[in-house]
Amino acid sequence: MADYTEMWRNMGLDLKAHDALLGVLGSLYEQTFLKQSGRPEGMKYFDFVMSEVHGLRIKELMDARVAGRKVFGSFCVFVPEELVLAVDGILVGLCAGAEFAPAEAEKMLPRNTCALIKGAFGFAIAKVCPYLAAADVVVGENTCDGKKKSYEIFRDLVPDLYVMDLPQVKSDVGRDLLRKEYKRFAARIEEVSGRKIELDALKKAIHIVNAKRSAMHRLAKLRSADPAPISGLDALLANQVFFYDDPERFTKSVNVICDELESRVQRGEGVTAKGTPRILVSGCPMAVPNWKVPSIIENSGAVIVGEESCVGERGTQFLTSPEGNSVHALIENIVDRFFKIDCAIFTPNPSRLEHIKKMVKDYRADGVLHYCIQFCSPYQIESGPVERALERDGIPVLRVDTDYSQEDTEQIRTRVEAFVERLQG
Amino acid sequence: MTIQAGIDIGSRTIKLIMLNDGRISKAVVADTTFDPMAVCRDLLSGLDYQRITATGYGRRLFARAWTCKTVSEIKAVALGARFLMSSCGTVLDVGGQDTKIVTLDAGGKLDKFLMNDRCAAGTGRFLEVMAGALSFTYDQFSAAALSATRSEKLNSMCAVFAESELISLVAQGASREAIALGIHESIAIRTLSLMKGISLADTIMFAGGGALNPCLRRQIEAGLDRKMHVPENPRIVAALGAALAHSSEEERENGYRQFDVVADQIVHVG
Repeated sequence: MADYTEMWRNMGLDLKAHDALLGVLGSLYEQTFLKQSGRPEGMKYFDFVMSEVHGLRIKELMDARVAGRKVFGSFCVFVPEELVLAVDGILVGLCAGAEFAPAEAEKMLPRNTCALIKGAFGFAIAKVCPYLAAADVVVGENTCDGKKKSYEIFRDLVPDLYVMDLPQVKSDVGRDLLRKEYKRFAARIEEVSGRKIELDALKKAIHIVNAKRSAMHRLAKLRSADPAPISGLDALLANQVFFYDDPERFTKSVNVICDELESRVQRGEGVTAKGTPRILVSGCPMAVPNWKVPSIIENSGAVIVGEESCVGERGTQFLTSPEGNSVHALIENIVDRFFKIDCAIFTPNPSRLEHIKKMVKDYRADGVLHYCIQFCSPYQIESGPVERALERDGIPVLRVDTDYSQEDTEQIRTRVEAFVERLQG
Repeated sequence: MTIQAGIDIGSRTIKLIMLNDGRISKAVVADTTFDPMAVCRDLLSGLDYQRITATGYGRRLFARAWTCKTVSEIKAVALGARFLMSSCGTVLDVGGQDTKIVTLDAGGKLDKFLMNDRCAAGTGRFLEVMAGALSFTYDQFSAAALSATRSEKLNSMCAVFAESELISLVAQGASREAIALGIHESIAIRTLSLMKGISLADTIMFAGGGALNPCLRRQIEAGLDRKMHVPENPRIVAALGAALAHSSEEERENGYRQFDVVADQIVHVG
């Protein structure tokens, strides 16, 4: 990696804390990813991306800003990338996947706040998230109670916070709200960038984001093969990098991996032996570097074949229709697409259960590990009914509620190993 | 003749079982101490076996040192319970730092299971700490609770908070026996609520060190409104399951017929 110290200093990062973070991230990545066997060649691209995740990619963002492009940072899949790309802007995910400066975060938030929110605060307070520092606008969204109330406090930590309201019910009223909010967001994007959202640009943006999603669909489908041609950890990494990378380059790289996986599948090759227990992970998002539970699963003799998660298929599953002859019509298509996302903030949320069942079938999963971040009420409350419904259908479920600390690793490992033993029969 | 060994390295005790052609030829329970591998070496010195399987929290450490296979304590307890009692459909295991409810399907295979969360509230260790806080030995503690005519309700399940609650009860003049009963009741309630999360079979086995506590057993049975089966030495169930874990179905079936452990083979060390 080149020396980015000067760039990081100019961005106002705390260099000492940031170095410590990169050190931990680097060794964690090595242990978790590089030690896997039988990785696809194409994953080298992601190894490179991860080695430069705070370097080259940040430089690209800063260069883009110099060239007049605007960077928007977000924490949620409800922020439509299409609108941002339509004004030649860049949308990036912000750091929230690790515990950083928890004591500082807890000065601002109650202790029983979920790890994701606390993580976002920790990164911001400790000045170690270059994506946050590179963002012209941070886009918040009223999803769960934890997030929407936290943004009231987060506002003081960032120069420009824009909060989008979101519906909680899939009704006509809810849809109207989403449409109004996306139009309000579109106006804000136009204002910040000084550019109008034009029909052709929006259409092109829809194609770019759809291509990125389609590449992920292709990857997901290839994982239905037994033996699985790629580890769940590597596939999760692709889902995580989805939020950071240049979209067109990302699409190309995922498709290169898919070409390689296709021939692996044809040859009947995989990363584990045929018949290895297959697990679908469902629940809360896993942002970089939240690899604890997937790593335990794949070191316990199972392979992960899908992620029903925001960092996974819940986030990528639908395409936006590019059909329409006006910006208005295309925004309506965007509303259509995002209104289908089955996040647990919606009540009721029956399509999520249907989607889990479909994923179990499509990817030939033997069981579901339901993952919750502690204090995430929407997913924790939903996990009970989801578990009962799946078990009723003969799909074994293991519920794991945890946070970003490592101290419960061995307890979780015991449960996961027993779950794998249960799947083996 | 095949000799299979199973070792369960738990948070409080290490249990070793030797299975000689499906018959338990040795059962040992020793304190885990600060050097569990040294205890394992002592327990195994001079013993002959074809295969050893490790379970419990120390299983990975043991497997690295002895180059052997492991099995989770959840599956181990299911296998051990089934070996001891072919009709067993649910196992409640109260160990040193966790409580497990494990169900078996009709064929005796591991099915749904639940475990308490990361902290040891409501487990054996909690009972030990509370006994100590009342200056009871562990056996006295359970006996005192059984002798109580009334109970003092404790609200806290955290060992630290519960101890201060206990101190304030003592300061209010509450009897030790009543406090002891209250502690057992609160653990029974917590265990019962965990058991409500899973559908229980007709035949329930109570295993782990917790099963040696007659007051806890009585409270849980009262809450369930039925009896649980407690094997002769409930602490060795997971070690027994480990000994069986990598045996064939045939070997295990053999075991059901041949099983007749005698009490004097169970030795407590340390």
